Amino acid sequence: MATLAAEQSAESQVQEAAPEAVVVRFAGDSGDGMQLTGGQFTLSTALAGNDLATFPDFPAEIRAPQGTLFGVSAFQINFGSTEIDTAGDTPDVLVAMNPAALKVNLAALKPGGLIIADTGEFTQRNLDKAKYTSNPIEDGSLAKWDVLAFDISALTVEAVKPFGLGNKDALRCKNMWTLGLALWMFDRDRQPIVDWLKAKFKGKPEIAEANIAALNAGHAYGETAELSGPLRKLTIAPVESEPGLYRTITGAESVSLGLVAGAQLADLPMFFGGYPITPASAILHHLARLKEFGVTTFQAEDEIAAICSAIGASYAGQLGVTSSSGPGIALKTEAMGLAIMTELPLVIVNSQRGGPSTGLPTKTEQSDLYQAVYGRNGDAPMPVIAARSPADAFEVAIEACRIAVQYMTPVMLLTDGYIANAAEPWKVPDPASYAPFPATFLTEKNAGERLLPYKRDAKGARAWIKPGTPGLMHRIGGIEKHAETGNIDYSPSNHQAMTDARKAKIDNIVVPDQEVCLGEDTGRLAVVGWGSTFGPIHQAVRRARRKGLPVSHVHVRHVWPLPKNLGALLAGFDRVLVPEMNTGQFKTVLRDQFLIDAESLTKTSGQPFSIAELEAAIGTYFDGIPDNEGGEVPANPAQLPVAESGYDDGSLKAVNP
Amino acid sequence: MNDMTPITTTLKDWETDQEVRWCPGCGDYAILKAVQRTLPQIGADPAKTVFVSGIGCSSRFPYYVESYGFHTIHGRAPAFATGIKLANPELDVWLVTGDGDGLSIGGNHLMHVLRRNVNVQIMLFNNEIYGLTKGQASPTSRLGTTTPSTPQGSVDRPAQPCAFALGSGARFVARGFDVSKHLPDVLKAAHAHQGAAFIEIFQNCIVYNKDVFNDFAAPKGAEDRQLWLTDGEPMLFAGGTKGIALDHETLSLQVVDVADGDWQAAGVIVHNVRNRAIAHMLVEMPFGAFPMALGVLYDDPRPTFEGAVIEQNSRASEGRDASLAKLLAKGQTWTVTGTAADPV
Repeated sequence: MATLAAEQSAESQVQEAAPEAVVVRFAGDSGDGMQLTGGQFTLSTALAGNDLATFPDFPAEIRAPQGTLFGVSAFQINFGSTEIDTAGDTPDVLVAMNPAALKVNLAALKPGGLIIADTGEFTQRNLDKAKYTSNPIEDGSLAKWDVLAFDISALTVEAVKPFGLGNKDALRCKNMWTLGLALWMFDRDRQPIVDWLKAKFKGKPEIAEANIAALNAGHAYGETAELSGPLRKLTIAPVESEPGLYRTITGAESVSLGLVAGAQLADLPMFFGGYPITPASAILHHLARLKEFGVTTFQAEDEIAAICSAIGASYAGQLGVTSSSGPGIALKTEAMGLAIMTELPLVIVNSQRGGPSTGLPTKTEQSDLYQAVYGRNGDAPMPVIAARSPADAFEVAIEACRIAVQYMTPVMLLTDGYIANAAEPWKVPDPASYAPFPATFLTEKNAGERLLPYKRDAKGARAWIKPGTPGLMHRIGGIEKHAETGNIDYSPSNHQAMTDARKAKIDNIVVPDQEVCLGEDTGRLAVVGWGSTFGPIHQAVRRARRKGLPVSHVHVRHVWPLPKNLGALLAGFDRVLVPEMNTGQFKTVLRDQFLIDAESLTKTSGQPFSIAELEAAIGTYFDGIPDNEGGEVPANPAQLPVAESGYDDGSLKAVNP
Repeated sequence: MNDMTPITTTLKDWETDQEVRWCPGCGDYAILKAVQRTLPQIGADPAKTVFVSGIGCSSRFPYYVESYGFHTIHGRAPAFATGIKLANPELDVWLVTGDGDGLSIGGNHLMHVLRRNVNVQIMLFNNEIYGLTKGQASPTSRLGTTTPSTPQGSVDRPAQPCAFALGSGARFVARGFDVSKHLPDVLKAAHAHQGAAFIEIFQNCIVYNKDVFNDFAAPKGAEDRQLWLTDGEPMLFAGGTKGIALDHETLSLQVVDVADGDWQAAGVIVHNVRNRAIAHMLVEMPFGAFPMALGVLYDDPRPTFEGAVIEQNSRASEGRDASLAKLLAKGQTWTVTGTAADPV
């Protein structure tokens, strides 16, 4: 456990001169390859030994009309020599590939920050599309920032000339030119990117060479242009991290790998039934390539068939898994009830997005908590666990498999759009370090001469009986069944007994005691989070503690059932603040379960909390002003997702009030 | 159907200890008996047989068959069956559904299980009514059917189950009815078919739609109103005095008289279960002007879905290292020793 004094003395040693962390945002047209540029910059950052976190933001439209405000795609990375938990509040550097990208992202840029703009794209036509009445690069409106504007388009075309590409193909290398310049700025090695380009364009060597030439040209531009102005080389020292093998990982990859690991630990083949939906599809895509691990993937005709096929596979003795996002999870609800009733293992991954209904398909939210915990007909208890970061999703997916198999129950694993798409460094774990939880199947009658399919073990779980097993034929279904035989039984006492048994089984799932992840076990204020709010809460609490505020961070993985000690732990704090990207759902659960006066801090703009927002919210508990705690955090125009990228009216009201 | 060692059983072996809870006189009893009679004849193994159903009167079926059984949710039985067959293709899976379960709420899944050609037998009990919910019009109810939900008579046109199946890409389409003595033969043919086998079984709902199939199913005059199809045999009915011929000008079927048993002279078609074009005509043949086409209307197998999935999975796995440690460490990695990072 950290102590306040030690943290404050650490603070005093921080040198002001070298930046601890830098935030860079790449923004361009959705066809400009910004996500690719960001991804490769991330890799080079990881290889440089920095800690990092990223956040991609792309429009819901696949190819929005070129040059428009709603077609802007952005990628933000925060990297540094200290622990990084979020993609950063406000960028230090903005790379704007066209006027629309500049307009949409400008408000986010730190005062004094650096703008790198491609003047080749600042044509009258593109300025019109971005609703600029005059060219911002020339009209002095960017005075509070450093501006580095040059014709990246022309420089790229020049650099790739020897490869004989058409103008259109040549211009597509612009993103690599820009990446080359960024690599120079942060003193990065180009070789891993060169290797990646060669592998990517294996069949098209001229394209690979052109891209490499563009990358080198961008790098050389920084090296030789000797720009006396704002462009300067920055070296961010590596972070001190635990020795070991690392890679970067997104939440979707992490969930997929965790499920594969979980199935192996359960000694079961895995069946994954899915249906395309943003942002959950990436899990289906990853698993479809892992057949050698005993994974069968099935793209069903709809969300309902996806979960039903997975339940069918579990019934037949595999580990059934399905995955979706809010609206798709709603469709699966009835089938979850059947899995609860028939007591079959199943993992349901919910990559939450903004709702209700179709909502905000590409933006993040935590608003499916009620749906996960309560959202079924009947008394239908189901365990719910939540991942707090892309890397954490690996552990949580294994945990979901364990609970499903050991307790014969469906389990919902909550991630969100932020976790699914964001990337962070991940210390590659040793699979041998996880305790196996092999599934067992009943092979002979379990009550002398009789088979009792619903006879329970000490944990309250019934036996798993695979069809195909001689002598154990039996029938199961969604109708209330007798507490032992599983035959249809509507009798009052039986329904009472079965309702109680289903509830007791879930209530008694063994989950680890809740620990405080930063700060003391008692005190003035506990900030309690779950899911992807981990990063901003952790950093905000850390900053508050450096200022001497007695604040602790508690982050809950087991949302249902809750850790047994959580109520007592929270009772040890004077105040409890629950920041959530919803209207206060977990707060309600905590109040209900523990009768504590938990207070809400909510944000429902489709954006993650920024550290500054949470730091300010923590401050309200110590500022002596009564009754200003909690409440709602308004949409933040300075933050990804870009403020008004859903509209093309040119007004960007929220940005320039 | 699956290739498995035949098991010797009797009808009794397929009965469960559960009290059958259909209305007395319900056609479902006859279908249950026909199935329990068929299973021993095909050498089915109770331990490897799974009955999967949705919701409705017909869907109580699994509780009464001494095998593995899964009574699922409304309309979704095909999706459960698909998961079961992908997880264990060795299992012999029978799907039990009805006109409401299979063609209304579950129409989508029925289409896809047929299109994919999952190797299961699908028995659709068609009684042209919602029985379990007390008698509302179903998607196969005839125009003008008066029910509690359509007190002035239904105005929506009925779906044709066999036409739906064929249109969805089914490679086996057959018809029978509850009390028919030929039903076990139809079930046997369905079981012998590799791939999704669709059987429409007309079933008399004694309470809400009584005797609605009597115009062809009643024993009296059945000869004149039933066309039982046999592969390689001419399409004859009415004791061989009538047959089905193709009108070559309009490319449609017609009923022709057969004099002195000379069906060839009358142009009667010889049934070929692999003729998809004729099958399309048979499933749409309007009863009244024509007899009811019964038996195996179409049977032309294609490779099964689960076979293709398993083959692709094993091909994709060939020569690939299934080491989890290697998988986790895949892609571009770096090693941290102290504070310096080195690309791996």
